[in-house]
Amino acid sequence: MELTKEEQEALDGEMGETLQTAYRILLATGEATNAEKLIPIKWAHLSGVNYNTIGDAGEEFLRKISKDAQVKVKATVNPMGVDFDHISEFNHIDDEFIEKQKSIRDSYIRMGVEPTFSCTPYDIFDLPEKDTQVSFAESNAAIFANSLGGLKTNKESAFSALASALTGKSPYSDFRKDEINIPMTIRMKLEHPNELDFGLLGFFAGKVGDTAVNISGVSQPNRRSCKALCGGMGTSGTCAKFQFTDVENDTSEKVDFGKEEMNKIYDELNTSDKGDIITLGSPQLGLGELSDLSNMLKGKSFQKRCMIFCSRAVQNQARNLDYTKEIERAGGEILSDCCTCLTPLIDTNETDSVTTNSVKGAYYLKNSTGVDVNLKSLSKIIEEDTK
Amino acid sequence: MTKVIVQGKAKGLVLKTHNPINFLGAIDNKTGIVHDQKYDIFEKSVKNSVLVFPHGIGSSVGAYTIYSLKVNGNAPIAMICQKADLTVASGCALADIPMLVVTPEKFNSIENGKEMQIDTRSTEIIN
Repeated sequence: MELTKEEQEALDGEMGETLQTAYRILLATGEATNAEKLIPIKWAHLSGVNYNTIGDAGEEFLRKISKDAQVKVKATVNPMGVDFDHISEFNHIDDEFIEKQKSIRDSYIRMGVEPTFSCTPYDIFDLPEKDTQVSFAESNAAIFANSLGGLKTNKESAFSALASALTGKSPYSDFRKDEINIPMTIRMKLEHPNELDFGLLGFFAGKVGDTAVNISGVSQPNRRSCKALCGGMGTSGTCAKFQFTDVENDTSEKVDFGKEEMNKIYDELNTSDKGDIITLGSPQLGLGELSDLSNMLKGKSFQKRCMIFCSRAVQNQARNLDYTKEIERAGGEILSDCCTCLTPLIDTNETDSVTTNSVKGAYYLKNSTGVDVNLKSLSKIIEEDTK
Repeated sequence: MTKVIVQGKAKGLVLKTHNPINFLGAIDNKTGIVHDQKYDIFEKSVKNSVLVFPHGIGSSVGAYTIYSLKVNGNAPIAMICQKADLTVASGCALADIPMLVVTPEKFNSIENGKEMQIDTRSTEIIN
């Protein structure tokens, strides 16, 4: 990869240790993706915020670099592990977790990021104009940006997005280019799919696809289903983009997603026929989803604990519009700045199994939190777990 | 052709897997041990190995796991992949772990348990 004189100087350490580190990361990721140069980006979305995932080494690293590092472009951040407004209700979370999580939060804020603590930046901000180069590390957000938002990003890592935030640059490669070859078409064979089916389709597509996939046989899914598709796809593989298409006579490889394929994925992720608690929101719910939920809950109450995750910005909007009233009356606990995935708010001493409609959530609940998962659609949750 | 992603020198025994690695989920950064039984290197330690695997998958936060392995003294001394991905490349760059991408032929020819020497600035990168 060719560097400009200024970039080379930064790599040689002439602009300080932090920028040297950032350029070392950009050089490695540029070489990894055969980029010929670095280009400017407008917005970086960072992962690596939850103390559960980055641990002591991550906390110390961020504390150290935030002493002098400042972001050069708009930067937003992924969820933390907890919602500090509700932390007193969760006695099992120890003081060390709280202290380290606060340190991580403060380090990001010192560097100048917007404290969004959300995996759904596309639900909080108006998206920039078509073809704008961004650098999104959260996989569902990167896939959403490329596939539905008209933006351009690679499926960035926590460090490559951080390096982009600190330099305002990213290697010009893969999904940042205009022409992308899509080598596979997945033929959706399920009729009237709900959001769970779309999540399973995404997980399947991420497994069989490599870089990008076409999806045929789908007509205008709603936002809830689109987000489920992005979340599922980002969890299982390396795919960074999908494209809905009606064309099936091209030369791409064709793969069917029917009942059999769906059941196989479902059986891999669903390990229980009931849940001790319910979680909704991975990706975090948007305003429209909270509005739908408040309508679905009219006159009903949850029969077990239900944690509902959305970003702080969306929660504030929902409060102003009174969507939260019906949800809270029905017993739903609305939590922000964190999400189903990898939150220690789920107390594994008291919880053996969790009901959710999120395929992404199911994967991390099973593999990271270590609980069994009862996977079912939102309408089935309302039907079976409320009265 | 062997491609250098992160420069460096290393010498150690090869630990080879045919499974793409999800660093966040599969490796315990406090011990370096692979704790996901779906892997053919289940219960093996990546510590001080030349870790040879097809490519990284899964969470973008896996880059922090690679860095944590290094800080905790449990990291591989080098990594060799068949395909580079941003999580492994950026994690190795920050952790200062030499990283190479090799052709499928070269990848297949690398034997588990063999001693290997890597020097990215030498004409013979792998010995």
